[in-house]
Order: sequence, then structure tokens, then C-alpha cells
Amino acid sequence: MAEITMAQALNRALRDALHDDPNVVVYGEDVGPLGGVFRVTDGLTAQFGEDRCFDSPLAESGIVGTAVGMASYGLRPVVEMQFDAFGYPAFEQVVSHVAKMRNRTRGRMSLPLVIRIPYGGGIGGVEHHSDSSEAYYAHTPGLRVITPGTPSDAYSMLREAIACPDPVVFLEPKRRYWAKEEVETPVRTAPMDRAVVRRTGSDVTLIAYGPMVATALEAAEAAREEGRDVEVVDLRSLAPFDDATVTASVRKTGRALVVHEAATFAGYGAEVAARVTERCFHYLEAPVLRVGGLDIPYPPPRLEHHHLPDVDRILDAIARLQWEADWVDPDAVPSGARPPASGARRGREVRS
Amino acid sequence: MKRLDDRIAPPLPTLEPIRLVDRHGRRVADPTVSCPSPTTLTSLLRAMIVGRRFDRQAGALARQGRLAVYPSSYGQEACQVAGVLALAEQDWLFPTYRDSVALVTRGVDPVETLTLLRGDWHSGYDPGLHRCAPQCTPLATNASHAVGLTYAARHKGEDVAALVLMGDGATSEGDAHEAYNFAAVWNTPVVFLVQNNGWAISVPLHRQSAAPTLAHKAVGYGMRGYHVDGNDAAAVHAVVGRALEEARAGGGPAIVEARTYRLDAHTNADAPQRYRDDSEVEYWKQRDPIERLETLLRAEGHVDDDTLAGFAAEAERMAADVRERVDAAPDPDPDELFAHVYAAPTAQLVEQRQALRDEIREG
Ligand SMILES: Cc1ncc(C[n+]2csc(CCOP(=O)(O)OP(=O)(O)O)c2C)c(N)n1
Repeated sequence: MAEITMAQALNRALRDALHDDPNVVVYGEDVGPLGGVFRVTDGLTAQFGEDRCFDSPLAESGIVGTAVGMASYGLRPVVEMQFDAFGYPAFEQVVSHVAKMRNRTRGRMSLPLVIRIPYGGGIGGVEHHSDSSEAYYAHTPGLRVITPGTPSDAYSMLREAIACPDPVVFLEPKRRYWAKEEVETPVRTAPMDRAVVRRTGSDVTLIAYGPMVATALEAAEAAREEGRDVEVVDLRSLAPFDDATVTASVRKTGRALVVHEAATFAGYGAEVAARVTERCFHYLEAPVLRVGGLDIPYPPPRLEHHHLPDVDRILDAIARLQWEADWVDPDAVPSGARPPASGARRGREVRS
Repeated sequence: MKRLDDRIAPPLPTLEPIRLVDRHGRRVADPTVSCPSPTTLTSLLRAMIVGRRFDRQAGALARQGRLAVYPSSYGQEACQVAGVLALAEQDWLFPTYRDSVALVTRGVDPVETLTLLRGDWHSGYDPGLHRCAPQCTPLATNASHAVGLTYAARHKGEDVAALVLMGDGATSEGDAHEAYNFAAVWNTPVVFLVQNNGWAISVPLHRQSAAPTLAHKAVGYGMRGYHVDGNDAAAVHAVVGRALEEARAGGGPAIVEARTYRLDAHTNADAPQRYRDDSEVEYWKQRDPIERLETLLRAEGHVDDDTLAGFAAEAERMAADVRERVDAAPDPDPDELFAHVYAAPTAQLVEQRQALRDEIREG
């Protein structure tokens, strides 16, 4: 089996989709002969011709707007926003048309289209090249928002997104474009709307997605050396949210930490923390914590390492998950003074 | 507000670009504009020589990894300097990422123009000081800012015009069109200088626009459009100067399309061999903006070896100064991350600043 990068996996997914379905078209800025600024569309124009993969005029609103028209007439457009922040001119189309067409037409018109967006930081990009814009999209009902963290997921989820009857915002963690994995394509991983447990553990659930999955796994490894057994859940789908997988994990471990690059305030982690709390309250030993970016506009390249969550910040947060509660031995307390069994302890009894 | 029957259709831009100096350095007569004085031409030449040296220096710094990225304007010097030198002191410039040379020409400290590209901060210079808006990367999105700014100046009774720099690709963005229309309807003194360098990264002009010239985009908005040889500094200066003058006099905004060429890659991260032929680059090297003006001014005796040696020496001094100060620039201060988000840092930011300080102290 050969190692491929995430960018190559995405390229193969597009190639196979173009091959298998004559209605698939790929377009955007510089996706033709150049192959995209990250080479995700490399060679597609040469292989499939200019009417299947092509450069459009430089206008994101127009790109998404024409994709709406194409999708409403039987094509399956896969369009690219060159960088996260350059998707903003298309916001009106995405929010008012892409997300709502099915609903507005009582299900009579659907828009099977995919908007690919390289997102996130960590590549030393100058301003407007490193935004984490997932919350804007995830907040918009009608959009499916998914983000792979590995090359095999990149392939599988993009194929599924292209075949999906709903519009999909497909967020590509650009700092993981060069991450490698041994993959034989075509590969089919878990369904695109499901979270997966990337690593099992019993002490705490680390919830991550996209660019932070690899960081979370690194942190889990480091935590093991400190005696903590960390479970890592890769959300994969931000909308819809896979409550079942996340809830099962947190009920098992009793602690949860959510990690993302985006500013923490009103970020996607807030939704995760709320859902976990709603469903796992009696199982929790500590409040759900968030480790996210600072609440500042994305910083310049030479300061970005201060902004982005890393292994140390994740370990620090794990340490803050009120572990001392573990050391309260109810039998050591005289029976008359014993506090009533707490909800958390009840949860723990259920778990064991 | 003009009534419908008062409106006059603006003349159509010429398909052949306005030119005052041909590629061999010979004067050409033009019915619309006259050639700037020899003194102005000499200052254009000087600015182009210094500008190119700056551009080459910045390119070298990027290759050495001392800049995060550098989008070069090599070959576009006539557009970079002539538009700026046509501005009055009180006017404003609205540059893009590609327009570092324009900023240097305007008098911004060359090292401050590199702050963005070095990755120290976003905009390194004080916009108010030189009347230059921050360099803009989201394409065409600052064009409407120029319209608003000149509107405000007029509201205050001030005579301020603005020059917006944009690329050929950027004219496809909806934001460009909204700005054109606002400028025309509000009759604000804005000149949109479109540097048509043939490519928007890998996308050639014919995939970008079906307009006869990009200057024709002006006509539908009721603006004047001028099509000029963008490698002829004399012509760019004369045409932008005329457009600014008309705009100031209440004649309305204009689009000036300057036909030029980006000789270098889009940025140092780009791979132009994937999309364009070297022969095209060679063709445009024959139309170098500096050479042709130098030839003319030498032939007419306005500059000689000494003058040119002086310009070259000035350019070298600037380059040496840039190298030295870029290296000496201190590392950016992490505290600054929190300093400019709001007028005063919020409690939330103060807390995060403290946490970061602690984290850094504890290593
Ligand atoms: C809204 C937006 N979309 C996409 C980009 C990415 N991008 C940066 S430069 C560029 C090409 C611009 O071409 P042009 O306007 O002709 O100017 P040039 O770079 O040639 O000077 C693109 C697509 C961007 N900066 N902003």
C-alpha cells in the first residue's frame, strides 16, 4: 500500500467522482491548468477536459450562484473557494440560497453541490489566509458541514459529499494537506455524518475535528506519559452533530474537552459543550472545557503559534478537569457525615 | 441628481491603448493627452529605478525566507509609480498586496511596507500619515472605501481625490462593480487604476472578461474609461492625471485600464511554468517600462550617465538599508495580539493576555 497525502487523496476523490458521474463538474479560481493553489485539482483538466474542470472568473458569489443554477438543473458542481476568508463574498449565496432552496421549495428543488474550502491556520499565511470559518456555516440550517482529519477520510468523505442530495460545505484543514497515510483508493471510511473514536481511553474524552485531530492525538499520547488515559473523538461532521458517538464516549470517561483553532468565544466548541452537558450532566466529573484560539482576529504569521491550541495547552486543560474529585473516598468519610451520592457519582456507578 | 435626458453617454475607450512613448523610446502623439514635462518624466524614471530595486530586494528576501511571501510588481513599475506621482498630497491611495512599490513611491518607509509580508503585523504603516489605506488582499473590497472616503471629504468641504489600484482579475468581483456604481452615482473623485497584467494567478484575461477592454466596464456605469499602455509611464501619468483632474472638477470618476505584464510569478510560492509560456515573458521584456523612458530621456539629453548613476546609487542605498533594517527588526511582541482588537482591551482579552504572559514565562 502506498502513502498518500491528504491533498492527493482529495485529488483522487475528485478524479474518481468525475470518472464515475458525468454530471460532476469542478470549477473555481485557478483549479484548471494550475491545479489549484494547493494542487488538489492537479491534472483534472488534462484528464477530463475543460468542460469538466475549469477556471471561472474571479468572483466567489458568482461561483456559488452559478453552482446553484447548475445543481438545480441536474449537474453536481464541486466548487472551490481558494481560501477560507475568500469565501465571504459568497456568503449571501450560501446562506440565502444554497442552505434554503430545499426548504423554500417544500423539497421540490434540491441542491446537490459541494463547496470546498481550505480553512484554518498554521501555515504561516498572511492575513485572510488562515480563518476558521466553520461556525458561520454550521450555524446555518440546511448546510451539511464536514471536515476530514486524515487522508482516508478526505477521500471517502469527499466522495460521499459529492453523492449527497444536500449541499455540503467541505472544509479542508489546509495545514494537514501534506499529512500522509497508507491508503488504497477507493476507500470507504465511516459515513460522513458520523464521529469516530480515533483512540480509546477511559479518563477523558478529547473532542476535535479537522486540523486539530492530529494535535489531539499527540496530546493524548503525551497525557499517557502523565498517567491519563485519553479518548479522542474526531467529529468529522460539524452539522449534523453525531450526539450518539460523543455522548457514549463522555458517559464512559466522565470528562470532556473540546479543541478547535477558531476563537473560543461563541465558537463551535460552545455548541459541543452545551450538547455534552445536556446529555451527560449526571456523568460529568468536571465542567466541559474548551481549548480554542484566542478571541482576536487571526494574527500575523510570526505570532500565530501564540494563538493556536497546541499539545501543552491541551495538557494544561486536561489537568484542570478537577481530578481531585477522584480522591474523595466515600468509605473514608464517617457514615454520618457522608454527603448524599452526587449526580456524578451516580453516573459513575452506572458506568461501572 | 441628473435627469435622464441630461445624461451624456461617456465616450468609448479606445481599443488601441493611449501611448506617448513607444517601446523603442520614441515619442508618439496622442489626441487625448499631452506628454508630461521632462522634469516629470525624469522623476518617473527615478521612481521606477528605485522601485524596481526595492522589488528585486524584497524578492530576494522572500527567497531567503526572510519574508513570509512577496507578490512582485516586476514589469509593472510604470503603473506603480506613475499613478502615485499623479496624486496630490492630500489625495489617498488604496493599494493591494501587489502594490508595495506604489507605497514606497508615495513615501511610505520601505521596511514598513514589508511588515505585512514579513509576517510581523498586518499593516505596518500609519494610513493617515501618507494617506495610504492598508494594503488590501480580499480582492476589490477596498474600492468602495475610496468612494466613501472621498464622499466624506467632500462633505467636509475638502478637495480630496482617491486612486484605487486593482488587478484585471479583481474587476470580476461584485465588490468592484458596486464601487464603480457608487462612485458614479455619488460623483466622487475616484480613479480606479486597473493594472491589467494579463493574469490573475493562472487565469488569463480572456477567461476573466469578455469586455472589449476593461476600461469599457466604465461605460455602463456612466463613467469615463481610458485604455492606456501600462508600460509607458508618461502615458499612465498623463491619463491618470487627466482623470483625476476631471474627477476633481466634478466630471465624475473613471476607470483607467493600464495594459502591463507581471514578469515574475504571482508570488514566490507560485509556479508560472504550469500555466504560461516563457516566450510571453520574453515578449514583454522587450517592452520594459524603464528602458523605454530611459532611452527617450537620454536621446533628448534630459538624463546622462551621471544622472543614471545617481539614481542607481540611491536605489542601492535604499536596498542596503532595507536589508539591514529587516534583519534588525525586533520580534513582534505577543502582548500586541490583544492591544488593537478594541479601543481598549476587554476584560476577556486582559485575562487572555495574562494567561499568555504566564504561559510564555513558564516556557
Ligand atoms: C476575494 C478574493 N478571492 C480570491 C483571492 C485569492 N487571490 C489572491 S490574488 C488573486 C489573483 C488576483 O488577480 P488580479 O486581480 O488580476 O491581480 P494581480 O494579482 O494579477 O495583481 C487571487 C485569486 C483573494 N485575495 N480575494
